[in-house]
Amino acid sequence: MKAFFLALLKSRSGLFGFLLVSVFVLAAILAPYLGLPVPTRSNLLARMVAPTWTGLFSPGAHPLGTDELGRDILSRIVHGSRITLAIAAAAVILGGIVGTLLGIVAGYYRGMVDRILMRIVDIQLALPLMLLALLVVAALGPSTRNLVIVLALTSWLRYARIIRGQVLALREREFILSAHAIGAGTWRIMLKHLLPNVMTPALVIATLELARIIIMDAALSFLGLGVQPPNPSWGRMLADGRVYISTAWWIVTFPGIAILLTVLSVNLLGDWLRDHFDPKLRTTR
Amino acid sequence: MAPLLEVRNLTVAFDTPDGTVHAVNDVSYSLEEGETLGIVGESGSGKSVHALSMVGLIARPPGRIVRGEVLFNGRDLLALSQRELFDLRGKEIGFVFQDPMTSLNPVLTIERQIAEPLRRHFGMSASQARARVVELLELVGIPDAARRAGQYPHEFSGGMRQRVMIAIGISCNPKLLIADEATTALDVTVQAQILDLVRDLKKKIGTTVIWITHDMGVVAGLADTVQVMYGGRIMERGPVRAVFHDPRNAYTWGLLKSLPHGGRRGVTRLYQIPGNPPDLTRAPVGDPFAPRNPFATERCRIEMPPLGEVEGSVAGHKVAAWYDLRAALAASQVQP
Repeated sequence: MKAFFLALLKSRSGLFGFLLVSVFVLAAILAPYLGLPVPTRSNLLARMVAPTWTGLFSPGAHPLGTDELGRDILSRIVHGSRITLAIAAAAVILGGIVGTLLGIVAGYYRGMVDRILMRIVDIQLALPLMLLALLVVAALGPSTRNLVIVLALTSWLRYARIIRGQVLALREREFILSAHAIGAGTWRIMLKHLLPNVMTPALVIATLELARIIIMDAALSFLGLGVQPPNPSWGRMLADGRVYISTAWWIVTFPGIAILLTVLSVNLLGDWLRDHFDPKLRTTR
Repeated sequence: MAPLLEVRNLTVAFDTPDGTVHAVNDVSYSLEEGETLGIVGESGSGKSVHALSMVGLIARPPGRIVRGEVLFNGRDLLALSQRELFDLRGKEIGFVFQDPMTSLNPVLTIERQIAEPLRRHFGMSASQARARVVELLELVGIPDAARRAGQYPHEFSGGMRQRVMIAIGISCNPKLLIADEATTALDVTVQAQILDLVRDLKKKIGTTVIWITHDMGVVAGLADTVQVMYGGRIMERGPVRAVFHDPRNAYTWGLLKSLPHGGRRGVTRLYQIPGNPPDLTRAPVGDPFAPRNPFATERCRIEMPPLGEVEGSVAGHKVAAWYDLRAALAASQVQP
């Protein structure tokens, strides 16, 4: 753990990503305690107030302005991150577990099981994922739970593909033969011997998927299929604010920047993790 | 007393795109409890495959057990279900594999890997297993065992990893330990240490051992009985002393003659067995070594000689040969 942070300090982009992700996560966790205005309370007397930095800590301050209903944009962004990050994390974990397990099963059994699973992956990759997500949400109805399911559904195949390839190589290694030789059964080999060996690639895919899922979540919300109003969500804020772009630029700009920075920081962290865990690229040990 | 292991007519084939590979042909032998059997032969002689196939460790398909019986403590291993094999492997038959660098799982601690058969077969708790793991590591000569147990394979040297492999192999006190080229990947000094360890362990726990190698020197120092295999068949078998001093098969003779002898002055070229290893995709007819054997008779090419007792040698010395190697050597100019 200590070595991990020491290595992180050496990489500027990795450190930047890590710090930014930490800020977003902390802000999301601590949102109710930051003394921000209630994100859903509208104030028609303060509609579309421009960002102002004077009197920053006075009760009526709106550092990032207010939207068309007079709701504080900073508060909506911070509270929106709670929902966005929770949905993204849940989808990444769900997709990761399903995808990794199916990848191990396909790679270990090969043959018919492998062919069926990989054809499903191929078919799903042939469909535009956004279209698939739209279809499923339209059929199931928009709710937080359905959103997680849909996002996980677009995510599992990336894990399955890559993990399967890893397992195909691992299963021929001698230590799997030795595991057979001590009497380990199929499940024991898959869960106790293969799974720990693919945790690293799975973790790296997870960070890259997290960034993709945040964008997809924003896109679904933008289309009105994500988090339902009045709850704040970044994609929804973009959608609602875009009609005012010529008169109140801040309504769309700040949620957009929030999406941009989150995805950027998660991607930077993911890139660094991938390099860090790749023994071929690791120079300092 | 019935032998611990009795292999009868074991025949294993692999169905490959290039045809059927006859890897093991009609191998029969028995092994007494407490005996150390050294199996020697070149690559492709069937020595490893026959051992792996006994406990279902070859991939099927493409592997196929054509016929035969493997009686272990009176039970036919080839008739066991998958479940029964899982319960048997590691508990009653332990394995040590060739390459200690790749035979350990790189992401699990040594402790977890040694504890696994204990927990699997004896249902030990983590703390019970830990005590046994430390005991085993000490038994195989790893210093500072309690601390080393928590380390990962990359923190161990090759020789130390092979000790760990041996600890895993003997963890459940198996009746039979099969070591497949266990010292081949190690350098000579480490190899000597491992062989010392195995001799020492045999004294302490009295396991029966099958030691598979291509190194005649290792067999001479370790085994009671030596079995020479070629082309998936047993060519010669007997007490180490008898086979080494009085080989009766031309292949054994060739192997022994191609060993370097220490102490001789000057540079002498080592003997080289002429020809190439047999093509195992052809159906086995006759003595597989006949094409490379200067003493082969016409009969060798058409009919496989049975493995029979050698006349004028000690009991248990068996050879498969139609020719009389001693007479042939005496008649030729070749120096034995």
